[in-house]
Formats: sequence, structure tokens, C-alpha cells
Amino acid sequence: MTTTTETADPWSSAAPPADRSMASDPWGNAPSADAQASGSSWLTASSEQAPITNTWLDPFQVEWFDLRGIVNTGVKHLVENFRGFFDVAKQPVDWMLEIFTLALTSAHPFVVIALFALVCWQVSGWRLALGGIVSLVFLGAMSVWDESMITLALVLTSVFFCLLIGIPTGILMSRSEGFARALRPILDAMQTTPAFVYLVPIVMLFGIGRVPGVIVTIIFAMPPLIRLTHLGIKQVPADLIEASRAFGASRRQILYRVQLPLAVPTIMAGVNQTLMLSLSMVVIASMIAVPGLGLMVLRGIGRLDVGLATVGGLGIVMLAILLDRMTQSLGRDARERGTRHWYESGPIGWIYRQFKTQSKN
Amino acid sequence: MSIKLEVKHLYKVFGDEPAKAIEMAKQGMGKDEIFTKTGMALGVKDVSLQIHTGEIFVIMGLSGSGKSTLVRLLNRLIEPSAGQVLLDGDDIAAMSDEALRNVRLKKISMVFQSFALMPHLSVLENTAFGLELAGISVSERHEKALQALQQVGLEAHQHAYPDELSGGMQQRVGLARALAIDPEVLLMDEAFSALDPLIRTGMQDELVQLQAKYQRTIVFISHDLDEAMRIGDRIAIMQGGEVVQVGTPDDILHNPANDYVRSFFQGVNVSQVFTAKDICRRKQSTIIRKTLEGGVVAAIAQLQEADRDFGYVVDKEGRFEGIVSLASLWSAEKSGKSLMAACLLDLPTVNADASLSEIISVIAQAPCAVPVVDDHQQYLGLITRAQLLQALDREEGTNP
Repeated sequence: MTTTTETADPWSSAAPPADRSMASDPWGNAPSADAQASGSSWLTASSEQAPITNTWLDPFQVEWFDLRGIVNTGVKHLVENFRGFFDVAKQPVDWMLEIFTLALTSAHPFVVIALFALVCWQVSGWRLALGGIVSLVFLGAMSVWDESMITLALVLTSVFFCLLIGIPTGILMSRSEGFARALRPILDAMQTTPAFVYLVPIVMLFGIGRVPGVIVTIIFAMPPLIRLTHLGIKQVPADLIEASRAFGASRRQILYRVQLPLAVPTIMAGVNQTLMLSLSMVVIASMIAVPGLGLMVLRGIGRLDVGLATVGGLGIVMLAILLDRMTQSLGRDARERGTRHWYESGPIGWIYRQFKTQSKN
Repeated sequence: MSIKLEVKHLYKVFGDEPAKAIEMAKQGMGKDEIFTKTGMALGVKDVSLQIHTGEIFVIMGLSGSGKSTLVRLLNRLIEPSAGQVLLDGDDIAAMSDEALRNVRLKKISMVFQSFALMPHLSVLENTAFGLELAGISVSERHEKALQALQQVGLEAHQHAYPDELSGGMQQRVGLARALAIDPEVLLMDEAFSALDPLIRTGMQDELVQLQAKYQRTIVFISHDLDEAMRIGDRIAIMQGGEVVQVGTPDDILHNPANDYVRSFFQGVNVSQVFTAKDICRRKQSTIIRKTLEGGVVAAIAQLQEADRDFGYVVDKEGRFEGIVSLASLWSAEKSGKSLMAACLLDLPTVNADASLSEIISVIAQAPCAVPVVDDHQQYLGLITRAQLLQALDREEGTNP
């Protein structure tokens, strides 16, 4: 199994030349030594190669432990033994992405635009609907419709999985202080680690293409949603929780009837952040052969084609603004928009009113 | 009167080793001493209370006296460290979570100082909150909630949201929410303290009226003596986690257990708290029986012997009949009239429940001590100008 995956793995065939090029690499010295002497202590390794040792005057000349080697062998071990697992793990992402892509690219552009406009009208108002139509038509007019829809599908897929994983995780954090404390550094790492760092292991584990692109995006975009879900639940006033308990609410009832409804605006802010981060990740993800607007930007940079990069960039910005406005207005409730209930506004409100007048007559 | 809620030797310690702190408390150490030695805060110390069915029981104390902790121990929002809370004989402190939930759903409800209304629910939904948690169907719970809203006069605002209402109205919703489950015991934690004074008095009156109609057992927490006097059937006064005195408002007013209790009256407007019956005194020497043998002559003799100018005629059931003076008696004697004919007209009486502020002008203008009568014309005693002034003067007033 190991050998078949190794040969099927596009990365492993690229590995030997990389090793050879190490010779001319200014940093190449140590890793090749580590690769051969992996597991042996740094003392013996350094005594063979160079007489550099740690002294009291300069205690940090040589690394005390070989993190680089550990990670390299660890990832290699994962790739060799768990490739099957990662292939299965990426399946749901693959399906979801297929559905979104198929729906967005195969439908007639005007149908998509009309649907978007209706959703905008419902969640916000006719202004946003109009803005949505203009920006989407503009994308089409720049002839980047297909790329935009692919990018949109990628973003929607990653946001979908962020919601699926992020909100329950945020809830769990709010329920267990220990879990929250353990998770916080991991979230910090997910947000601050440069995307390039985990781009490589992700490619090694999942290969290249759209699905790994989505997975990278999920890793990068999920932390704010988890944090804001946690925050939203935590900031529900203590007296409301106390009142709920006094009236006999169970923990589950407190969560579903008090905490989550009150946390919605904060959670929606998290969704908004996740969307924005997903869109910004699209360009970086295009480095691992993810198509769409990001790839246009990357090509534009590669060929010094400023126009191409601008078209791609502008497309991303327009999608970003549109999605941002949509999710922001989701965070406001119906009363802030001047109606008593959500079903009294937008296209659904229009249908509702038709019904009402009919039943009156 | 039957006992609804009984608290037996209840302790609450905030800290890691409650048993140790309780032991120290039992040895007679104070709250502060225990805190300095162990870092544990003694919230409630050895409280025992009996709350009767259908009474408004006020727990009063300054901030930090443990009254809010105590009321939360009653429905176990705070876990007691030791002791029992018996509701109809069932120990709330020891019951299972499921049984406790059931008690909270059906028997005990609570009104909070901060209102604690759900901002995302309408007034009707807020009122129906407790019923919703109990799993009652939408139509039934909205019907009951509407009834509760009618009791507090807010049915017109059922579709409004809490942030659209004034503070007083919000607390009415809080009260309606607590009433909607038709509780046996109603806990009110400084329920009216956040309201402005005028609305607070209005709400107090409404609560008393509601209570007259429905006879629930109400435990009311307050730091305000005026409020406690106004609504409480009995009052418990807390100090440093302990109950220092329990009694009727009159008891506590007249026989404060210690300086702490007395200090409560310092800021109190006496003329509002005391009523005529609180300060009146019975003097046998001035009471003239209507059935007195010897009639007018005997009455004159009685007044002269007691060195009084005025006498108060009372029938054999103790009902007040009229006031006579020595002068009127003499003229009656001369013309041979009866005792009743000697009664002076146009002299005032005051009602037993009138507050001192209401009777000041009456007493000031009357030529004699003014008799106090209750609603059935029963004679209760006299108030002289000197007595009134004494009562209005704080230092003397607490110990008449």
C-alpha cells in the first residue's frame, strides 16, 4: 500500500529533485544530514560534521532538540500510512464543493443573479438587491462569470464546513472552561501561522486542487467563528441565565432558548469574518492549483499582467462586499429593519401580504 | 396558620471547605473573622425561618447582609452548604435535579431586581416563558400568559418587546411571568428597588391588592424599611448573614433587637411609617363608661379625681361615643341632662390606620387629646400633642 500511494502521489515524484537541489541551497546542509541521521542525537551529528557545540557563553549555537526532523518524519509517516484516511476525510468536502459548483456554473447567469437579488432583498432590502444585481452583472461583463462562480462555490463550501464545525466547537468552549483553555492556543496558531506553512503539509496529505484549497481555507477562516460563537454565548447577561434557571430551564433549554438566540448577532459577525477570510484565502489557495478569481490574480502577478490581476482582484472585492453586506444584515433582527417579524419584509413579506389580503376578501 | 416554607439551620459558605467554615461559625466566630482566617465568605449563617401560607414575608437588610443569597437558597439557585429548606415538608436542599426543576416549573417562581426579561421575546412570550419551559402547548400557555398580563394590567402591550416598555412596565412583565405559572411561593428579590419612588409605591399597592385576591406566599427581599412596613405581614431583619429579628412591623418598630435594627429607622420618614394606632395610649382615668352609675355626677367626680378637663365616653362594647368636658358636664348637671347630651359636638377623631403626617393638623388644632378609633368605631386610645411631637422626634419615637 505504501509503495502504491507513494508512486500515485504527485508530490513524492517531485521530492528527489528537491533533495538534489539542496546542495546549492544555503540552508540545505542540516536537513540532509538530519534526514540521514534522523533519530540520532544532535551531539553525534554535529561532531561528525563541524566542531560547533553549545558552550555556556553561547548556549544556542546548535538546536537542543530536532523539531525540524520530528515534523518531517511525522508528516512523512502520516503520508505513508494514513493517506487512505485523508482521502476519505476529504470526500464530504468534495461532494459539497461539487454541488455548489454545479449549481452555480451550470445555471443560466441571469437565474443566479435573480436568485441572489431575491435573497438580498429578503435579508436586507431592495437597495442591496439592486447592488447585488449591478455587481454580479459587472462580473459577467468583465467576462469572469465562471471564475467568479467557482470562487463563490469554494467560499460557500468552506463557510458551510466552518459553520458545521465552528458553531458546535464554540458552544463546547462556552460550556467547558477546560476545553476553552486547551483550544485557545490552537485557534491562535490557526490564525497566525502563515498560510504557506501549512500549505505544504496539506498538499502532502490531500494532494493539490480545489478540495485541499477548501481545506486550507477552512483552517484559516474558522477561528473567528469559533471565537465569536464562544464570546456570543459568554456575553449573554448572567441575570437572564439565572432567571431561566429560576423558571426551571434545563441546560439544553437555556442553550437553545436563551443563549443561542441572544448570541445570534455575535455569531453572524463571526460568519461575516469567516466569509471575508475565506475570500482573502482564495488567492493564496490558488498556489495549490485552485481555479477561480484567485488564479487570475496569481497569473497576473506571474506574468506581470497588471490588468489581469486587477480584473481578478476587482472580482474578489465585489464578491466580498456583496457577501459582507448580506451577512451583516443577517445579524440584525427584523425589528431593527422596521418590521415586527422577518416574514413581513422582502419577497416573502410580499407573498405574505398577498395571502393576507386574499384571506380578508 | 400553616407553614409553607421552613428554613432550618441554613448555611452558605463561598469557598473550598464549607464544613470548616461552618464549624468555625458554630464556635461563634463572626463573618469577618472567618474571612480573614480562611478566605472563605460566610454568606448565610444559621438561618431558621418559618414562612406561613398566604403571608408576605419581607427579608430586610443592608447590602451584603446575605438577603439576596438567602432568597436564592430558597429555590436553590445557589447551592446551600448545610441545612434544610422545606417546602410543604419536602427538602429543596436535598432533592434531585429533576425534582428541583419540577418545583421551579410549578411551585416557586421569582421576580428579579434587574427584571431579567428576554430581550428577544415579546411581552407575551416572556410571560409564557415558564410555561414554555414546562412544555405546555402554545395556545394554552398564551392563554394563561394573557391572564397573567391582565392581572398586572399589561394585556394591551402583549406584542411589544421589553426594550419598548418603561421600567415599571418591564417589572410588571416580570411579575406577570412569575404569576403565569400560578406559583405557590413567589420570591421577589428587590423587585421594586430599581423603579423610581412614585412607581415603586404604585407597584407595592398593586402587589398588596393582588395578594388580597390570590393569597400566595410571598417572600420579598428589600433594603427599604418603608417598603417592608408597607407590604410586609412579617419582617425578618438580616445582618452579616444572620437573621437578627423576626416579627410584625409593629414588633420591630417598637422593640428593635439591637442598634443595627434601630439604625434602619434613622432614614425612615416616621410620619409615614407610624400610624395613629402606633402612638395612641389608653388612659383608664379619662374613659367614661356610658353605663356609668351615677351618670353626670359620677363623671365629674372621675375627671376631677384624675385632674382632667376632658373625658371620653365609651359604650360597653368599647365603641367610642363622644367627648365630654368638665364645663359641659357641669352645665348638663345644672339643666339635668344625661351624660350623652353633655357630649361636645365638632370634636374630631382620627382613624387608627391614618399615618402621622395625615393627623398632624387635626391634633394641632384640637383643644384636647384626640381619640383614635378603628373602622368599627372601636376606641383605641388618645393622642396628645406632646405624644405626637415625641413620636415625630426620631430618638424618642422608636421607644414610645
